[in-house]
Amino acid sequence: MDNYNPANLLLLLVILFNFFLLGSSRLGACIRTVAIQGGILSLLPLFLHGFTGHALILAGGAFLLKGLAIPFLLLRAIRQVHIKREMEPLLGYVPTLLLGTLATAGAFIFSDRLPLIEAHRGSLFIPVGLATLATGFLMLITRRKAITQALGYLIFENGVFIFGMLLAEAMPLMVEAGVLLDLLVAVFVMGIVMHQINREFSTMNTGQLSSLRE
Amino acid sequence: MIAALLLLPLFGGLAAFLLPSDRWRPLLLPVCGLAHLILTFFVIQDGQTVSLPLAGNWIAVDPFSRLILLIVSLLFCGCSIYALGYLRYRIAWGNRIFVSCLLLFLSAMSLAAVARHLGLLWVAVEATTVASAPLIYYNRNRLSIEATWKYLILCSVGIALAMLGILFVAYAALAGGAQVSLQFDDILQGAAHYSTPWLRAGFVFLLVGFGTKAGFAPLHTWKPDAYGEAPGLVGALLAGGLTSVAFLALLRTLQIMDAAGDGAMAREAFLAMGLVSLGFAAVFVIRQPDFKRLLAYSSVEHMGILAIGVAIGGVAAFGAMLHLMNNALTKGVLFLSAGNIHRRFASKRVGEVQGAITLVPVSASLFLLGFLAITGSPPFAPFISEFTILRGIFSGGHYLTGALFLFFLAVIFIGMGSTVLSVVFGTPLERKGDTNYRETLMTTGTPLVLLLIILFLGLSLPEPARKLFAEAAALLEVKP
Repeated sequence: MDNYNPANLLLLLVILFNFFLLGSSRLGACIRTVAIQGGILSLLPLFLHGFTGHALILAGGAFLLKGLAIPFLLLRAIRQVHIKREMEPLLGYVPTLLLGTLATAGAFIFSDRLPLIEAHRGSLFIPVGLATLATGFLMLITRRKAITQALGYLIFENGVFIFGMLLAEAMPLMVEAGVLLDLLVAVFVMGIVMHQINREFSTMNTGQLSSLRE
Repeated sequence: MIAALLLLPLFGGLAAFLLPSDRWRPLLLPVCGLAHLILTFFVIQDGQTVSLPLAGNWIAVDPFSRLILLIVSLLFCGCSIYALGYLRYRIAWGNRIFVSCLLLFLSAMSLAAVARHLGLLWVAVEATTVASAPLIYYNRNRLSIEATWKYLILCSVGIALAMLGILFVAYAALAGGAQVSLQFDDILQGAAHYSTPWLRAGFVFLLVGFGTKAGFAPLHTWKPDAYGEAPGLVGALLAGGLTSVAFLALLRTLQIMDAAGDGAMAREAFLAMGLVSLGFAAVFVIRQPDFKRLLAYSSVEHMGILAIGVAIGGVAAFGAMLHLMNNALTKGVLFLSAGNIHRRFASKRVGEVQGAITLVPVSASLFLLGFLAITGSPPFAPFISEFTILRGIFSGGHYLTGALFLFFLAVIFIGMGSTVLSVVFGTPLERKGDTNYRETLMTTGTPLVLLLIILFLGLSLPEPARKLFAEAAALLEVKP
């Protein structure tokens, strides 16, 4: 287990950022936090697999996209539409934080019972991955702003990324690059749609998006 | 050859983006569409499993790929000719993004059809999401923004779940001590040794993830909005192309479960999803006031029929493969003719659109015939495929499933029928229908040809086509 230590520290940081994201109403801070979280995650392949070519390229690519390009797109989007805060979440910040805590605790308990292989037993990757997935889901469900929903999606993707770290040999570099590229384009398109939502509705609340129903 | 199939629309899309003229740019669509169709015929003719030497063994053509490629290419080619007429009518609206995204969408769908690596398949399916989102947004009004946002978020999250499922499958290999690889042949070879709990977890996530994209109930919520707000030809491509591609991903999942000897559990899940989809569709089709949303629920219904056919297996699997083609082409007829009616009346509400047959006689007749075809009336091909599936259900002894299947189909027939009939017949309201749209061969030719194809397939199934469907169905046979 000892060789996992620096990675474990990073993973604990990821959990702390999860809590911050669930509790914060300032959009700029949230975007930067997701950026830092993405940046931290991009270091994981180096600690896990050493400085191999694959790990270096993966880390570099993930850092560029998750840490820089995507947050840049989102920050530009909120600058264009002049909003700073998530005003009215569907569920308050304290209840979501509580739910997040429960989900994180649940993730740790649950991953103890999973039929993991010997090398991964007790590792932090799986509980932290699950907890991050849960955080992303909570953001997606409880927030109304289009941008916080997009952030929820990104956090969710981060959770998938953590889990994927354990299986780096299954994912060839080309596919990994394709995954990251798809993510970038998806956020780019989301940014454009957000801009249009704001122009049409003069708000970015997705609660306004309710004309289409049965 | 396969490389050309993927690169042609990709470069076409880039060229469309760079071309400055709104008037000439749409011409790229039929050029690429026709070339793609011709290339597809060559690829299908090759017969044996071919793989691309450059990309290792990540890209290969198997019977599923051939079927999906043919469906996508045929439908796109038809839609590309329709698009010429449509975009000429809306020339002032601009079409740079629209044309590029259509071509990129075709490229992504083709890549998904020939991907032989789960990771690559995922990348291609996600690429179809981002390429098609701007298409739904084409009308640039409040409703289309709402539909686009729902589509983007729901499908992206769904696809992220599918990625988790793929990782679980890889973990099943790791935990089972098999070779860890996501190359499809490696998976099929090693699946027998995979760890069962992880594989099952992976299956559930893949089913939910790609099921969202295919639009199974209750994961279908993006469908009515997207189909309702997108232009008719985009609806046709989504309902016929995109959902078929997503269904292909589900078929691949089923293949893995079969190889792991856990196919029975997977089939039960497919059957449940299928019946729930039929039930949802039956509930929402009744008194549906919007005839484009109606088509979306019909799409949910037909995904359900496909899932049931695949779940039952045997004859029904053959029926499902045939139905994949029939559903896609009939949806093409319905969406394109519905688009024409929508443009003539500038409305898609049932109360406001009446007597379409007097104002747009060809489109209204096609819409009516398309409705008869999709609900399984002879002599059209969906009748043959639905009947084959039903025969499979009853000969397999699944009487309850068969009864429910028939019941839901009857309800949907009546529900759809009342809406369609009130759109087509009656007298048009005053002052409705004074838009400047008039039917031309450009916009009625494609649905007409698609209807003739399904009529022809319904009357006689030519041997090469039968072989294509039978080979695809054979991949779903459980080998002892």
